[in-house]
Amino acid sequence: MSNNQQMCGGEALVKALERAGVEVMFGLPGGAILPVYDPIIDSSIRHILVRHEQGAGHMAEGYAHATGRPGVVMVTSGPAATNVVTPLCDAFLDSVPMVCITGQVPYAAIGTDAFQECDTTGITMAVTKHNFLVTEAQDIPRTIRAAFHIATTGRPGPVLVDIPKDIVDPVNPRSAMTWYEATDADMDLPGYHPITQGDPELIRAAAEMIRTAERPVLYVGGGILKSRAAEALLQLAEMVQIPVVTTLMARGAFPDSHDLCLGMPGMHGNFTAVTAMQKSDLLISLGARFDDRVTGKLDGFAPDAKIIHVDIDPAELGKVRRVDIGIQGDCRLVIEDLTTAMREIGGTDAQVDRGAWRSTISGWQEKFPLVYEQSELGERLKPQYVLEELRDNNPADTIVTSGVGQHQMYASQYWKFDYPYTWINSGGLGTMGFSIPAAIGAKVGKPDRRVWAVDGDGCFQMTAQELVTASVEDIPIKVALLNNSYLGMVRQWQEMFYDERFSEVYLSEQTPDYVKWSEAMGCVGIRVESPEEVAPAITKANEINDRPVVVEFRTDPRENVFPMVPAGKSNSELVVDPSQQGLEP
Amino acid sequence: MSNPDRFHTIVTTVENKPGVLARVSGLFARRGFNIESLAVAPTDDERFSRITFTVDVESAPLEQVVKQLNKLINVVEIQELPPEECVSRELMLVTVAADAHHRRDLMELIDDWRAYVLAENTERIMLSFSARTARLDEFEECLRPFGIVELQRTGRVALPALD
Repeated sequence: MSNNQQMCGGEALVKALERAGVEVMFGLPGGAILPVYDPIIDSSIRHILVRHEQGAGHMAEGYAHATGRPGVVMVTSGPAATNVVTPLCDAFLDSVPMVCITGQVPYAAIGTDAFQECDTTGITMAVTKHNFLVTEAQDIPRTIRAAFHIATTGRPGPVLVDIPKDIVDPVNPRSAMTWYEATDADMDLPGYHPITQGDPELIRAAAEMIRTAERPVLYVGGGILKSRAAEALLQLAEMVQIPVVTTLMARGAFPDSHDLCLGMPGMHGNFTAVTAMQKSDLLISLGARFDDRVTGKLDGFAPDAKIIHVDIDPAELGKVRRVDIGIQGDCRLVIEDLTTAMREIGGTDAQVDRGAWRSTISGWQEKFPLVYEQSELGERLKPQYVLEELRDNNPADTIVTSGVGQHQMYASQYWKFDYPYTWINSGGLGTMGFSIPAAIGAKVGKPDRRVWAVDGDGCFQMTAQELVTASVEDIPIKVALLNNSYLGMVRQWQEMFYDERFSEVYLSEQTPDYVKWSEAMGCVGIRVESPEEVAPAITKANEINDRPVVVEFRTDPRENVFPMVPAGKSNSELVVDPSQQGLEP
Repeated sequence: MSNPDRFHTIVTTVENKPGVLARVSGLFARRGFNIESLAVAPTDDERFSRITFTVDVESAPLEQVVKQLNKLINVVEIQELPPEECVSRELMLVTVAADAHHRRDLMELIDDWRAYVLAENTERIMLSFSARTARLDEFEECLRPFGIVELQRTGRVALPALD
């Protein structure tokens, strides 16, 4: 496409998306965006037609998590724009790179309560990294370039571009524009200069603090994955021989099977990960943000720990917990510089002796492993058992997505994550219904990988319609539906904190019939009720690759997720599995 | 009431584009912080505007807001001006009742305070007065007995003090 060619804004928009490297987008057309859907017919971009715009948003997120490339969404104005607000907020809280194009009523009609008009940029201001209302066709190429630049650099996040119909509609003279290949100079972002390189002096100070720490813990978050720093982290951890906890957003960023890996900390973290942080004298936080689900009651969190905090977003440094050394920068670059700095002060050999710390930690690991009580003959399946069987009957590079609730915690606890980008979930916003569309997006981005969506019955009913999309678009994902007929996590809170007064948490044991529903959506549906059926059902599901499969596991509604830090309590008050209660650490 | 001269002043240089004020003020609204005063105008470079806020909040939450302001794509620069390190002014336009009985007293007051008469008729005088915010408050109290017909203030603007 040569510069100076006359074209319509709609063509220019699709062309600009192609130029941004977009291979696939998720969307659903409607009135205001109609003119843009016409040139899509002739575009190289694959468009996945969703059944609900929220699905498009979560698919784009799943695609971005799995591939590292920005997810792209295109929907119309009004109700379509409001339907993507949840995924935008989800992407905002979990720092997922995403570009969302919304149609808008013609520029002259904005503010007149026109049909399917809403103030999209106003509504999404607080849930996007940035948004644009494009008012001239000529601005389209530079705005699209800026949108992708903002979404993918610095702390990644969602960017929305609102496009009035008249500037893309070939019948409207306002859509006429002269094509140009937008460059960085065209973007005009005088207030946006993300800093990626860490301050060398602070890095040297951090290295010295690490060298002399007696009970250090590497506290790593989703920023490791966003900055493609898993390899760099492994090198650093092995050089300094410091144990690693991986937050819910960072599962897989450090291999679970590694000797130094303690697993997930936080509200449903394992005893060792939670307690190691609590007793630590130095937390080295890399791309994590001291979320309340990790810290528990802030006053009581890791009381003896000094804090080194590395984050690309300076607003995170000291936001929640006072830091001793705060380093603004890209995690991968800072970790590499830190590794060099550690080497310069003597590397592994110069570290203080941490033998006692290591043996304390392995003592906890032996005494407080993750446990559950296996069901007796005739009893309902245990969800943990289902996850163990899923893990043992799938390759280690399987991509696992999850919804939000008990099943999410079981998946994070019982799957063994040994590779980065194999775990995709909704951490910050906690969006029920995330798993199925996210799995579809991941499978589109990584078609050669097996993708399992671990879901709950509450979540499934929120976004199951996207299985129709998966069937029709030939995206063979697999769903492990843990059906306990309850909103399980809410039930658990009511049992533990509301005197077992169960309010509005029972869904239904009979309705819907998930097998029939799945079949109606073009999937294979399998129901599993007893332990011996679990592995064969998983094997059968894995053999089907020409359509999606839903395996419904009927699980025990009385099962609770342990360990648990009760809300508002300190992490020192972690409640372990009933069978371990009373054991001295 | 706290002394308005003690309020924090935040001066932001932003891109002169639609919606930028909403983004900036939204960050305060979201946290339930009231903006005491606000002044917006283009700078000497027409690509940029300067937004001057005064906010009556504790320093710690304010620091977080300032960090969030910095993350806004359209915000180019932020200066926090502590009261002792800045010079600030605010402008007031006020129409005061001025019948024949009180006119002489009012004119004396206007002279004392170095306010300017912008317009007058037989019943009213319109004044402009520019000073620190607290001085505006005091002047307003002095005018009140005469009868304030209409009053409008601009919100304060500020620059760093000279050494």
